[in-house]
Amino acid sequence: MNAQPLQTGQQATSAQPPSPSPSPSPLTVEAVAAGIRRRVLEHTLRNNGGYLSQACSSAEILATLYLRVMRLGPSIAPLIPRAFAGVPSRDNPNAFTGAGYNGPRASELDRFIFSPVHYALVLYALLIELGRLGPDALEAFNTDGSTVELIGAEHSPGHELTAGSLGQALSQAGGIALARRLRGETGRVWVFMSDGEFQEGQTWEAFAALAHHRIGNLGVYIDANAQQCDGPMTDVMTIEPLADRLRAFGAEVHEVDGHDSEALAAPALARLSGSGAGTGATPRAVTATAPTPQHQAEPAPTDRPLVVIARTDPCRGIELLRERAPKLHYLRFKTPAEQDAYEDLLEHWQDSSSQ
Amino acid sequence: MKARSQPTEERQVESGRAPRQSMLQAFRQDHHMIELVTRPHRSNLIRFAAEHPDLLVLGADLTASCEADGFRDQYPERFFSFGMAEQNMLGFAAGLAREGFFPYIHTFSVFITRRPFDQLAMSIAYPNLPVRMIGFLPGITTPGGVTHQAIDDIALLRAVPNMTILEAGDATEVESVLAVAQTIDGPVYVRQLRGEVPRLFPADQPLRLGQARHLGQGTDLAIISAGICTEEAINAVAALRSRGVSVSHLHVSTLKPFDDPQLLEQIAKARHGAISIENHSIIGGLGSAIAEQLAEQGIGKRLIRLGLRDTYAHGASKPYLMREYGLDAAALIRAAETLIGESLQIDDIALAKIAANIRTEAQGETLAKADKTEDL
Ligand SMILES: Cc1ncc(C[n+]2csc(CCOP(=O)(O)OP(=O)(O)O)c2C)c(N)n1
Repeated sequence: MNAQPLQTGQQATSAQPPSPSPSPSPLTVEAVAAGIRRRVLEHTLRNNGGYLSQACSSAEILATLYLRVMRLGPSIAPLIPRAFAGVPSRDNPNAFTGAGYNGPRASELDRFIFSPVHYALVLYALLIELGRLGPDALEAFNTDGSTVELIGAEHSPGHELTAGSLGQALSQAGGIALARRLRGETGRVWVFMSDGEFQEGQTWEAFAALAHHRIGNLGVYIDANAQQCDGPMTDVMTIEPLADRLRAFGAEVHEVDGHDSEALAAPALARLSGSGAGTGATPRAVTATAPTPQHQAEPAPTDRPLVVIARTDPCRGIELLRERAPKLHYLRFKTPAEQDAYEDLLEHWQDSSSQ
Repeated sequence: MKARSQPTEERQVESGRAPRQSMLQAFRQDHHMIELVTRPHRSNLIRFAAEHPDLLVLGADLTASCEADGFRDQYPERFFSFGMAEQNMLGFAAGLAREGFFPYIHTFSVFITRRPFDQLAMSIAYPNLPVRMIGFLPGITTPGGVTHQAIDDIALLRAVPNMTILEAGDATEVESVLAVAQTIDGPVYVRQLRGEVPRLFPADQPLRLGQARHLGQGTDLAIISAGICTEEAINAVAALRSRGVSVSHLHVSTLKPFDDPQLLEQIAKARHGAISIENHSIIGGLGSAIAEQLAEQGIGKRLIRLGLRDTYAHGASKPYLMREYGLDAAALIRAAETLIGESLQIDDIALAKIAANIRTEAQGETLAKADKTEDL
């Protein structure tokens, strides 16, 4: 390993200078989010079904991450995704990951870890909207031998980990963030998660470890759409009160309207500008008495993982979907008439996106 | 040709090479058109539960995807949702089983055998509790990619003491496997099929514990298949017979315990050896189980194991993956040629014709559509 020598208690993350926001872009979160919804609708129709509500709930979160939060270099991967080149192994020098779509690796650049990979189509659509993938990249979506898979894996565009067994990516992102801190890198690790992943015990083990190891160079955006395969999460297995639970685990938690890009970006920008916990930060309860000597001092606000709980609407921008509530996880057309209604929506997209 | 058996009635004695037409004839002699059954597990579970009031169903947010939604709606007081938290669900199942209930866990095979493996081993298997783990999307029967493909479940669970492993190969077995599981005093793992499932075996011939189905007699080769590979093997056997190869074909649905004497008897009689084919890694599954028995009994026959060759797979359609990883009829023909030591001149077109005779074109389309639209 070529890590730099370690300093105990090194705080690479808090030591970084205030950095500029990502280069100004003519693209707005709103326009990109509308484009995501339209593309995902189009390919859900072409594919005869799919994960459409995920586009509705997460479009602004992902667009905000790429446009306003993460510091990523330009894509270094081909506009038309490469075909599947075999699984990683000693004997396969051709295996690759889709991380190149998020730019090169560099000390000062951020990394993006995409955890709920059944949202893959949303990410592909976003990459197209941003010009990181070509407009025709989705021709290969869910076709045999393609990396543009229905459920993404590490070879899929924009993906870095094989995360489809949900609730496993955060721990790996924690390892990556720890490694970056050990190497003295200033870039951060951003993880996008679904709320269903907060049912897996591993997610909580990860938060315990993030807090314990004071991993502050990692931020998590959660699409809290309150939906999962079996229906509303409150019926299946509630995770609430999520913010309180996460705070109890030592994270800096913000709860925001997940369709409001200002609100989504604010907590991350506050961290980036070095203003620490920023608004909405909730320090752990500190008792009046001094901490007992055997306990470590409270971590600095910037040594805690940052969590943004984005409260979202799984039908946002596609009102037609509400007819399917409360089961929204996977759209499978029940009747030709229903499919026609969605076709119609796509044809007249201009109107619907401007509602 | 000298290496072959005496001609059978299917064989074209003079040339040893049958035109395609007679390949189909040979096939038709043995098989009727195969019926497709829609979601046999869904209806069977409801039926079965009516007779077993202490049966509970536990789900981990894949209830409809595992065809347990009908049960849930019919018996809401016997259905328990655990969310996406499989390790915990297996623990709850263990507790319920210790108290005399029969928990039927429903989720995808990978989320029973990989994620909560230690809970499965220590909470359920060690105390020999009667938890029934109904695993869906075994092997590569999912376009969900590597994270959804249980290619090592049999290997993992064969190594678990007290475990019984069953695998459904058609609608009849899907409908009868629960009754078999319920007779077992201990944990049972079922590789179950969902969606449109072909009926290969008569509805009145249920799955029997520890008994392979002997689908055809022969003395040149023995083919042992399980799960979805059996339909492929049926196609391949028809093609091989039309070329005068005498094939014994066995379908296995009990993978542990693995002690049906028929298997070794048939392999011992097969002059050129045996081929196993399974929707799983060749390490630790059906082929390995056969190899262990052959070695222990000192039966000196060659065995070609077809299955995933120590590799992970990726997301694609089932037919594509079956071809890519050699789990199809064509792979069986190649293996047969290797054992026999000569080319049989059976091309893809001929095989496709046979397959099309099992399933009409219309069925093929329905399936393709269903494959694409099924929940993951
Ligand atoms: C460990 C694990 N268990 C089960 C699944 C199957 N599965 C896929 S998505 C999902 C839950 C969906 O809820 P959420 O993650 O919140 O996503 P959303 O409803 O927003 O699509 C489940 C259970 C899985 N992929 N991984």
